[in-house]
Amino acid sequence: MKLFTEIKEAVIISLNAIRANKVRSFLATLGIVIGITTVTILQTAIEGINRAFEKSIAAVGADVLYVQKFEWFGKEDWQVYRNRRDIKWNEYEYVLGNLQGAESVCPTVGNVTTVTYQDFSSESIPVFGTTDEYQRTMGLDVAEGRFFTRRESDGGWPVCVIGYDIKDAFFHDINPLGKVIQINGHNFKVIGVYDKMGSMLGLFSLDNRIVVPIKKYFKIFGTRRSLTIHVKAPSVDALDDTKEEVRAVMKRARRIPVGGKDDFGVNQQEAFKQTYESLTGLIKTIGTAITMLSLVVGSIGIANIMFVSVKERTKEIGIRKAIGAKRPTILLQFLIESITICIVGGMVGLFIAFPLSLIIDAFLLPTAMPLWVVVLALFISALAGVFAGFFPAWTASKLDPVDALRYE
Amino acid sequence: MEEIIKTKDIVKLYIMGVEELYALKAITVTINRNEYVAIMGPSGSGKSTLMNIIGCLDTPTSGHYELNGQSVSEMDDNELAQIRNREIGFVFQTFNLLPRSNALHNVELPLIYSGMSKSKRIELAEDALLKVGLQDRMFHKPNELSGGQRQRVAIARALVNNPSIILADEPTGNLDSKTGDEIMELFDNLHQLGNTIIVVTHEDFIAEHAHRIVKLRDGLIESDVITGKGFKHNSGKTEAQLAN
Ligand SMILES: Nc1ncnc2c1ncn2[C@@H]1O[C@H](COP(=O)(O)OP(=O)(O)OP(=O)(O)O)[C@@H](O)[C@H]1O
Ligand SMILES: [Mg+2]
Repeated sequence: MKLFTEIKEAVIISLNAIRANKVRSFLATLGIVIGITTVTILQTAIEGINRAFEKSIAAVGADVLYVQKFEWFGKEDWQVYRNRRDIKWNEYEYVLGNLQGAESVCPTVGNVTTVTYQDFSSESIPVFGTTDEYQRTMGLDVAEGRFFTRRESDGGWPVCVIGYDIKDAFFHDINPLGKVIQINGHNFKVIGVYDKMGSMLGLFSLDNRIVVPIKKYFKIFGTRRSLTIHVKAPSVDALDDTKEEVRAVMKRARRIPVGGKDDFGVNQQEAFKQTYESLTGLIKTIGTAITMLSLVVGSIGIANIMFVSVKERTKEIGIRKAIGAKRPTILLQFLIESITICIVGGMVGLFIAFPLSLIIDAFLLPTAMPLWVVVLALFISALAGVFAGFFPAWTASKLDPVDALRYE
Repeated sequence: MEEIIKTKDIVKLYIMGVEELYALKAITVTINRNEYVAIMGPSGSGKSTLMNIIGCLDTPTSGHYELNGQSVSEMDDNELAQIRNREIGFVFQTFNLLPRSNALHNVELPLIYSGMSKSKRIELAEDALLKVGLQDRMFHKPNELSGGQRQRVAIARALVNNPSIILADEPTGNLDSKTGDEIMELFDNLHQLGNTIIVVTHEDFIAEHAHRIVKLRDGLIESDVITGKGFKHNSGKTEAQLAN
């Protein structure tokens, strides 16, 4: 009760003091304002990028392995990967037949080609061939219609599932289901439309593609392209075990001795994550340095006006002590004053950062300001306040009441 | 007869570089409940120093001081603050109000430090302002009040905690004589109501309000006389105690 009363009193005193010295308080908090603005902008940007990343990487599947010629973010020269053997249908079949610890396996192969619907045509649509297992492996949502069946897949039926943007571009408001489109001059019936997925790391759209049965794909485009074998592990935890098994099985398929060097890549989402994390890690380090610097400078500014404030109010401190304020009370009063100034500075920082983050979101990067960023920003402000205010407050609390009262 | 203040051989020594200055040399004095004492003496004789020690704002270099049965000379800073808060009401020559707070809040302040609830505080503070005749100036800030009114606020603040003693160091020093008279009347009333009052003054006509006059000179008690005037409750029983 007593502490609460004293804190309340201290908050009122400090708000009055800030009001009485608006310009000075404003200038002193500038460092804090800048610090909090930076830290907030930074966090909203990182948070925004994180969310965008999580969303787009979901399409890659955290529990899916990709057996490919290339290694994502591999260390070797690009030439090395290009000169490797292509991954062929029989290797897919071997993996499918011999892999024990997999939930499901499917191949994909794709290229960019011309797609036509009535008199509308586009020349650069990515078309992928796969099996009916693709749906189970990738778990992508088909919003309208359905994915193709085992029968359609094995028989190489001319059916297709289209991405959201394809629907948008070719059909507008018309229901695309049952309509016939031409892929590289061959008729395909649209049987499904994917849910909107967004773009992969903001680079290429996942909504702009068409998926067809791989048997049909081979008939149209031939079989010389290298496949990607998708392997879904039973769980994310089992990913490493599954990966080892996939490598062993692929080696056997290619007759590479046990100790031999892989001439294929087993890729996973993790590779994206690592690259991504080293990138955001860099942003974080630079940002934290800027933030710390401006907060330290800001704190020094606050400490400075707190010393001035203590000096100016020596008489007030004397009066308060004369009528019974104890040392901790005075200490608390000035500490709270410094914390209040910093939190007000922090709030100003947040008010600046919020529209700024919206602008950045519109033009540069995705951003998001979750509550915890706001709380963190205010917490850091308060911490800066304690840091900056402690020594001046300590000085104030130690003043001798007689001397303080005599001070003019 | 209840002894409120009991000092024994109080010494206050200031050391300034190589120079030693005895502001108080050996003050032994006893003051009883409901006495009305004036402390007089030439400038620099140690009146304020003595008041500050009696009021627990300052501590003696040596000697013993007992306030209301508690030995004060051994207390630390925080204990002294608590004593000031509960036992002492200060009135200063320069009023010493908080400039940014209104009258009510100024009076309420000691109660905040004693941890009283808001409603109780307001009630007592309003009561104290009523006693000094400022019930219609509660929300005025010090700079919106006359000197006399400011001193009344200070007096209300001094008595709001119902202290054992009210100490006033030249309370009329910054006021014209008519306003000074009004303030002294207020002290007279408080004395009548049973308060113990110690006033430091240069002026004989102020000292006349008191029933006992202690004169200091060079840090020693020169004389301690009961005049009887204004001494309503404990007439004549106090022993005048001379230093040494
Ligand atoms: N902080 C201090 N440091 C050094 N000397 C001091 C200090 N405070 C008081 N003195 C000295 O102690 C002596 C007594 O001072 P005090 O203020 O008690 O006098 P006073 O009787 O109240 O005088 P006045 O009537 O002018 O107010 C003076 O000589 C003064 O210079
Ligand atoms: Mg004096």
